[in-house]
Amino acid sequence: MSTTTLDTPADAPAPAAEPAPRGRRPGERGPLGTVLLHAGLVVASLIALAPVAWLIYLSLGPAKDDYLHPGKIAGKMSFSNYSFVLQHTEFFDWFKSTMIVALGTTVVGVLLAATTGYAVSRMRFPGYKQLMWILLLTQAFPIAVLIVPMYQIFSDLGLIDSYWALILVNCTTAVPYSAWLLKGYFDTIPFEIDEAGRVDGLTPFGTFFRLILPLARPGLAVAAFYNFITAVAEVAFATTFMLDDSKYTFAVGLQTFVSQHDAEWNYMAATAVLIAIPVAVFFYLVQKNLVTGLTSGGTKG
Amino acid sequence: MTVAIDRATGKRRGDRAPRPGLGQRIRNGYQKYWYAYAMIAPVVVVLAVLVGYPLVRGFYLTLTDANSLNSARTIGVNHIAATYKFVGLSNYKEILFGPLSYDRFWSHFLWTVVWTAACVTLHYTIGLGLAMMLNQKLRGRTLYRVLLVLPWAVPTFVTVFSWRIMLADSGALNQVLHALHLPQPQWLEDTFWQRFAAIMVNTWCGVPFMMLSLLGGLQSIDSSLYEAAKMDGANAWQRFRHVTLPGLRAVSSTVVLLGVIWTFNQFAIIFLLFGPTSAPDAQILVTWSYYLGFGQQPRDFAQSAAYGVLLLSIVTVFTSFYFRWLKRNDQLAV
Repeated sequence: MSTTTLDTPADAPAPAAEPAPRGRRPGERGPLGTVLLHAGLVVASLIALAPVAWLIYLSLGPAKDDYLHPGKIAGKMSFSNYSFVLQHTEFFDWFKSTMIVALGTTVVGVLLAATTGYAVSRMRFPGYKQLMWILLLTQAFPIAVLIVPMYQIFSDLGLIDSYWALILVNCTTAVPYSAWLLKGYFDTIPFEIDEAGRVDGLTPFGTFFRLILPLARPGLAVAAFYNFITAVAEVAFATTFMLDDSKYTFAVGLQTFVSQHDAEWNYMAATAVLIAIPVAVFFYLVQKNLVTGLTSGGTKG
Repeated sequence: MTVAIDRATGKRRGDRAPRPGLGQRIRNGYQKYWYAYAMIAPVVVVLAVLVGYPLVRGFYLTLTDANSLNSARTIGVNHIAATYKFVGLSNYKEILFGPLSYDRFWSHFLWTVVWTAACVTLHYTIGLGLAMMLNQKLRGRTLYRVLLVLPWAVPTFVTVFSWRIMLADSGALNQVLHALHLPQPQWLEDTFWQRFAAIMVNTWCGVPFMMLSLLGGLQSIDSSLYEAAKMDGANAWQRFRHVTLPGLRAVSSTVVLLGVIWTFNQFAIIFLLFGPTSAPDAQILVTWSYYLGFGQQPRDFAQSAAYGVLLLSIVTVFTSFYFRWLKRNDQLAV
């Protein structure tokens, strides 16, 4: 019997015929396997990192056509782009509105998604199937159909140029998937816990808020991250619904930046790097939970 | 008849006595499920108002000849009433069978199908490969994971902007290719390379999600299965084929479906990579319909909405076939 190592990546699914030396315990790989594994991951990490790192590097070049001659930047690095962006643009206004919209979407969206996810996880009510279908298909609704009527609704309600409009719209895109995700997570929490709560006299809502939500923290963290990312990265609706330039979110602000400072990509690069910072902070806070939260439900089958 | 136990209340369902009257059933249903309905009510209301109503309204627009010249609008203090009229299905007829239908619809449709298939395949295979590598015990695993998730964590409009600089004529990528004495394609001008670049950037952006989802799936596979397979003399490929893949089936069926839907509707990447007007041949149906409705003068709302409805129908048909296929193979994760 010849045992072989399991460390071949799936995208090279050739039968790894390299026979393992005798006497190795199962599940262990030789030094060659370890080196290959590290090499593969290092290459992949570099590819993942390169565009971001390149942007950071370019943002340090002070002149506007430095991106054409990146070799010259190394000799004259400076933070002048950053100080220009922070002092002479509406960066902090954009920051404020992005944070309001993104955190608003996160709070509202996670709350809505959690109640919905709990309901579809624990109860089979009439209309269950239809609701799951709607949650899935809402993600497929093309913005081109929705954006004009949405604009009309919001202008009738006087919500154009208001953060609420954007928060609600972002929720419609983020909540269906978050609800789907959280349903999967709630499915992994044994429902004996609910029963214990019921026996002790809690209402279904009490069970949900006091027992299930605290247990579902990893799932909630991932849903929050997803909502936050969706809201920060949303371009089309923010462009259409926010007219006042002090209420622009980053996605819109960066676009105006291109036309104002036509070829001055160095400022754009600096702004882009600054934008990535709050997201990176949020990401760092939730990253431990990402793997468990993302699929614990889907694996149940 | 199967007996289902309501998980929240512990009540038995399914072994019901003779069917009560309609009023009684509504009352019973209300008593049994009111909290379920109360919990989904906010989402249903928000979706109905912000998605359902616009959808109906958008569908109505597709039956008219609305554009930005005949819609209701306000210029200064004058309010001009809408003058567009009902034209039935002629928008659909023109899109699908009209003289320009190939150039305007079918070519974009074919490219959208190629784009979706290519991107989802790449996302899945690369994601699975990386997930399997990350699932090994090795030093620095957390660091690798954080780095590999980066493309997902940084907002798309930032990373796509960076790609645009790198792909520009004398950008970083072409300088590297030049240094290696390789040909330097015009990434952002030539149609083939535009498409290539779009798939490349989307793959870069989409792999982390697949990777993390599949990693979660891999971690849930019982390791004793692998040991049993080894005992039986299965080699690495056989273990991958007969333990790993079946173990991932539930996760895979869900993420592939989501991947198809998201990629098919991927607006931001193509829109930001090429801008709203250039690269007409690299536009997928979503960005093309946005271009018709918002990127040209006069804005053609009716056609744009008709494209949207067609898109939605395509996704709906695909999804129901997919579900039927999953059910037949008993792989339904939902």
